[in-house]
Amino acid sequence: MPYEILEHTADAGVRGIGSTLEEAFREAARATFSLMVDLPQVKPKQTVKLEVEADTLEGLLVAFLGELLARRDIEGLVFSDFRVRIEGGERRWRLAGEAYGEPLDPARHRPRVEVKAATYFGVEVRREGDRWIAQCVLDL
Amino acid sequence: MELKKVSDWEWELPKSGDMRVPGWIFASEAILKPLLDQKGHEWNALEQVKNVASLPGIVKASIAMPDVHPGYGFPIGGVAAFDPEEGVVAMGGVGFDINCGVRVLATPLSREDIEAKKEEVADRLFSHVPAGLGSTGKLKLTERGIDEVLRKGAYFALERGYGVPEDLAYIEEGGRMEGADPDAVSFKAKQRQFKQVGTLGSGNHYLEVQYVEEIYDREAAAAYGLEEGQILIAIHCGSRALGHQIGQDSLQELERASKKYGIPIRERELVCAPIRSPEGQKYLSAVFAGINCAFANRQVIAHLVREALAPTFGLPFEKIRTLYDVGHNNVKFERHKVNGEERELLVHRKGSTRAFGPGRPENPEPYRRVGHPIFVGGTMGTSSYILRGTEKGMDRVWGSGVHGAGRAMSRAKAKRTWRGERLIRELGQRGIVVRAHSLAGAAEEAPGAYKDVDLVVEAAVGAGLNAKVARVRPLVCIKG
Repeated sequence: MPYEILEHTADAGVRGIGSTLEEAFREAARATFSLMVDLPQVKPKQTVKLEVEADTLEGLLVAFLGELLARRDIEGLVFSDFRVRIEGGERRWRLAGEAYGEPLDPARHRPRVEVKAATYFGVEVRREGDRWIAQCVLDL
Repeated sequence: MELKKVSDWEWELPKSGDMRVPGWIFASEAILKPLLDQKGHEWNALEQVKNVASLPGIVKASIAMPDVHPGYGFPIGGVAAFDPEEGVVAMGGVGFDINCGVRVLATPLSREDIEAKKEEVADRLFSHVPAGLGSTGKLKLTERGIDEVLRKGAYFALERGYGVPEDLAYIEEGGRMEGADPDAVSFKAKQRQFKQVGTLGSGNHYLEVQYVEEIYDREAAAAYGLEEGQILIAIHCGSRALGHQIGQDSLQELERASKKYGIPIRERELVCAPIRSPEGQKYLSAVFAGINCAFANRQVIAHLVREALAPTFGLPFEKIRTLYDVGHNNVKFERHKVNGEERELLVHRKGSTRAFGPGRPENPEPYRRVGHPIFVGGTMGTSSYILRGTEKGMDRVWGSGVHGAGRAMSRAKAKRTWRGERLIRELGQRGIVVRAHSLAGAAEEAPGAYKDVDLVVEAAVGAGLNAKVARVRPLVCIKG
C-alpha cells in the first residue's frame, strides 16, 4: 500500500510511503485527496505548478499539502496525481512540482469530507530501511 | 499525571515544571476516564492543558471545559486568558477554523408546522444553502469585496441585502469585530474565499431544524422568547477557507516569533508571539478579520435559510429572528475581574463558546438580566441544549461555555461501522430527515461516533459554569 489513512479521533492522518522522498510526498498528497474524493475517478486533465519552501522536511510536507488545499479552493480543482522534486538540506528545503487533476464533478467524484488544513501534529518525514515515510494529521 | 479532586465536577492539575499556573479541569469522573488512560488516544489533552499553563503571561489557570479532548496545541474545550502586557497570543488557542460558531434562528413555527412539510423543508434547505466539498456561494467576490467582508463582518452581508437590521444586535460584537486588518491577511487566504462566502462547509458543520422539547428555566426562556414545541434553526459553520489559510500562514510566522522571543515551543501548533510584539499584533489583526469573515458567512446563510423557508410558511423574513450568534474558536480582549479587580485580558477560547453571565453589557439588552444563551450541539440523532452564562462561569472560566459533544470514534472507524444510506434511513424512521451531500460524510457523523452530550451538559451545569435553559431535538438535518 503506497499510502495509508491513520486513525485519529476528530480528524485523520495520512501516511505516504515510497522508495524515494519524492514518492512519499506524492503518496501523502494522494492520501489527502483520497479523503475528499473517489481518487481513481479524478482524471489528470489539468496541470497546476507548485513551489513551496520550508526550514525543515516536516515543514515542507505541511506546506506542500497546505498549498494543494489552497489550489483546490482557488482553482476549483481536485487532484489525483503529483510529481515533485525536492532539493535542499540543513535549514532550507524547496519543493517544485506539478499537481494533476480536474474540476470537481460531484456526480463522478463522490465528494467526501473537506480537508481544512495540514497540521504539524504527528508530522514525520523519515527513512525506514529502503523506504521513505511522510506523514501528518489533517484538520477536517 | 496526578490530578487533585476539588469536587465531583472539578479537578486540579497542580503546578509543576514549567507551569506558571495550575490546570483546572471541569469534568465528571466519566468524562475524565479516557483522558487519564495513557494507552488511549485522549491523554494528550491533559498534556496540552499543561503546555498552555506554561505560556508567558497566563492568568489564574489553564482551563479545560467538560467537552475537553485533544486538539492542536490547545485542547479542544481549552480556555486561557493572558495579561495584555506580559502575555502571548497563541495560534493553537484559535485553531484553523477561526470563529467557527453557531447562529440560532428562532421561528414562530411549531413542530406540527414542520412535521406536515418535513420533506419539502429538507429539500428546500438542501438545495438553497451551498454545502459540502467544492461548493460555492452566490456571492463571487474579488479582493476588494473580501477586504470589505473582513472589515465589516455581518454588516457587509446586510449591506448586500442579506438579512434584516435586527440581526446585528444579537451577534457577538454586533457582527463586526473591531481591529480587523485585511492587510494582515495573505492574498492567498482572500483568494481561497472569493467563492466561499455563504457556504456551510463539511465535516461536523451542519444546518439543523429543531423543536424545543423541554424548558428548564422559564425566566431565561421567556427572555430568549422560547416556548415548548417551537422551531429553531441552528447553523454551525465558521470562516471557511480564509480562516484555514490564516491558520496555515501563521504556523510558520509564529514559529519564527516564538524562537525570536525565546518562548519554548512545546507543540508545533502552540506557537505564539507576545501580544505587544509586531508579530502578535499582526496575527491578532488577521484573526479579527477572520472573525468577521465567519460573521458574514453565517449572516448570508441565515438569509438563505429565510429565503428557503419563509415562502413555504408565508412568513415575513423578520419573523425568523436571530436568537444569537456566537463563535467557539476565538481570541479577544475582554474585561474580567481578577482577585476583585477589573482588568483587560486576552481570552482564548478553542472549542468553547463565550457565555457571559447576567449583567454583562456585551449581552444583548433583552438577555442582559439572565445571561447570554449558548447552544451545545449534540448529533444528528440526539438532543442539543440551550444553556446560559452564569455568575460562577464569569468567576471561574472567564464566562465560557461548553460547545458540543465531541467525537468518541475516528472517522475511519465510523465509516467501517455505519453505511451512510442505512443510517439516513434509520434516522428517517425516527422522524429525523437527513440530507447529505456525501453519504460517506454522513456515516462519519453517525450519532454513535460522538460522546454523550448529556454528560457534557451535566458536568457544565454541575460545576455551575453554565445553566440549563432548554433541550431541543432535531427534525431536519443538512450535512455537507
